[in-house]
Amino acid sequence: MEAVSAAQIIFIVVALLTVATTFLVVTVRNLIHAALWLVATLFGIAVIFVLLDAGFMATVQIVLYIGAIAILIVFAVMLTRRVMQDVGPQSNENWWLGTIVAAVFFAAISTLLWSIRWPALPGAVVGDTVLALGRSLVDPNQYVIPFEVASVMLIIALIGSITLALPGKQSE
Amino acid sequence: MSIANFHPNDLLAILPELALVVLAGVIMTMDIVLAENRKRLLGLTTAVGSFVIIAAAVIFSQPNGELIWGGMISNDMVAFIFRLVFIFAGGITALLSVDVKGVAHKGDYYAIILGAVVGMCFMALAADIIMLYLAVETTGIAGYVLAGYVHRSSRSAEAGLKYFLFGAATSAVMLYGLSLVYGFTGETNLTAIASVLASGKVGISVILASAILILVGVGFKIAIVPFHFWAPDVYEGAPTPVTGFISTAAKTAGFAVLIRVFITGLTASEYWLPILVALAALTMTIGNLLALAQKNIKRLLAYSSIAHAGYALVAFVALSELGVAATVFYLMVYVITNLAAFGVVILVSRSGAGEEIAGYAGMSRRSPYLALAMLVAFLSLAGMPPLAGFFGKFYVFAAAMKAGLVWLALVGVLNAIIGLYYYLVVLKVVYVSPPQEGALAIEVPRAYSFALVILSVGIVLLGTAASPWFEWALSAAQGIF
Repeated sequence: MEAVSAAQIIFIVVALLTVATTFLVVTVRNLIHAALWLVATLFGIAVIFVLLDAGFMATVQIVLYIGAIAILIVFAVMLTRRVMQDVGPQSNENWWLGTIVAAVFFAAISTLLWSIRWPALPGAVVGDTVLALGRSLVDPNQYVIPFEVASVMLIIALIGSITLALPGKQSE
Repeated sequence: MSIANFHPNDLLAILPELALVVLAGVIMTMDIVLAENRKRLLGLTTAVGSFVIIAAAVIFSQPNGELIWGGMISNDMVAFIFRLVFIFAGGITALLSVDVKGVAHKGDYYAIILGAVVGMCFMALAADIIMLYLAVETTGIAGYVLAGYVHRSSRSAEAGLKYFLFGAATSAVMLYGLSLVYGFTGETNLTAIASVLASGKVGISVILASAILILVGVGFKIAIVPFHFWAPDVYEGAPTPVTGFISTAAKTAGFAVLIRVFITGLTASEYWLPILVALAALTMTIGNLLALAQKNIKRLLAYSSIAHAGYALVAFVALSELGVAATVFYLMVYVITNLAAFGVVILVSRSGAGEEIAGYAGMSRRSPYLALAMLVAFLSLAGMPPLAGFFGKFYVFAAAMKAGLVWLALVGVLNAIIGLYYYLVVLKVVYVSPPQEGALAIEVPRAYSFALVILSVGIVLLGTAASPWFEWALSAAQGIF
């Protein structure tokens, strides 16, 4: 058994905190609290990106997910709901079945992950990672097509969410 | 990291997708510019545009079997056939939408359909799991919006939400599988993944686990047992043209992913094959048995489409050139036939007769031609010669027999008999039951009669002259083995 490095300790702590806050996101009844726990979750994921030497992704995670999306959720909740407290039951009579499935799934995946000797993957990009990332996204021999498809997907999501959110005309 | 080895021809290969995106932009612009009483042009333009794109694709985008765009997409014949099928289904869906209340005059509705078609095309083209996942999500998000499009109707809203929740959960599970694949091979390209697997350095448990996890995502898309629970509710609640689209094109796109991931990528078939064989048998049987009890035509077609996914899977598990060719041919037939069936359903529910099978009573006397279209579609779904569905099933069972899966072919034949029964029950209502008092002829706008004529001719053509189409599918299958 090798000695546990500092990075591993940080990872374990952060990972546990991330899972715990995620659990709180879906269990607390106050919507604002849920949104704030979501901020904590997203921050935990940003730390994991840092541990993976993906500084740019960590920045994006904080600026976009925490700075924009989570804050937007908070605003949306505050502006649209007069009642911040969610009412009604949080689970139905099948909750135990869901728990069993989730537990089995968790057990299976973690047993699997423990049992494998993972191959060493190519190391992180040396040098300016942002430059390499930016280039790879517009390079026809790398990721330009997925990049463009992602933009089609985002436009569909944008149009779709506007369509679903707009109040309908009376004629229909 | 340069564009030195970029071939302009690669742009021609994705010409259909580029054109679809442009067409979506045109539709959105027309939506703003057109006067309210001319909005019908939106759907017609979408349909005509799609058919023009098919013609352009046949002329300019013939596949060469190479991996292009940095290995992201595979420009081969399988992808080509699937893409033509998707664009055709998108065009027909637009045509079948032009007089449906709630969706007909909405530019964004047609634009989202076109976006979904783009996603499906890339699902068929994908040769890399990053590309694959993005394409699956593109199709998925468009599908969720379409299913919930008439969100002031609580049933459509429920359909959209249900589709979304199931889709999000299953694609998250699939992402687990894909990241496992990347974790143990260090590759994202499916061909490269296959060569790592061939080296034998990867343990059984990992391959099996990732195959199962990916199968959850794909199984949702193609609605096989046990990932079929969403299908009847979503099919019933979604606007009917969308139901037709989801049950044909989206399902076919799922099979394209199945072929890509499981034949090109996870080549170690001995581990996951038994699971797929069992699922094929279960899917056919459960789909058909549940269809027997349905009173609502959309739910009946939902369960029947589950069963049809089972038949297509029977051919797939033969894992041979013949098997893949039979899958592709079966899906071509299924898309055309099911779109025709949904076309009739749209017209009948437009006329106010509702979606219950009882509402079809005496349709042959009210609208003989429409009843004829329904007869052709349902007999083809049932697999009666000389219609396309017969040859579809014939090739499927032949492929299974040849691969030594005689019992599976037998289960399939038994299921075809169950299927025949409930399709004939509907046809009996249409042809034998007396019409309700004062029932008028069902109004068939010209766009719909055009679509139904194309589809019916297609069903007869794929049946009476099946072999050139099957040869085409076979040449595609030979390209991927």
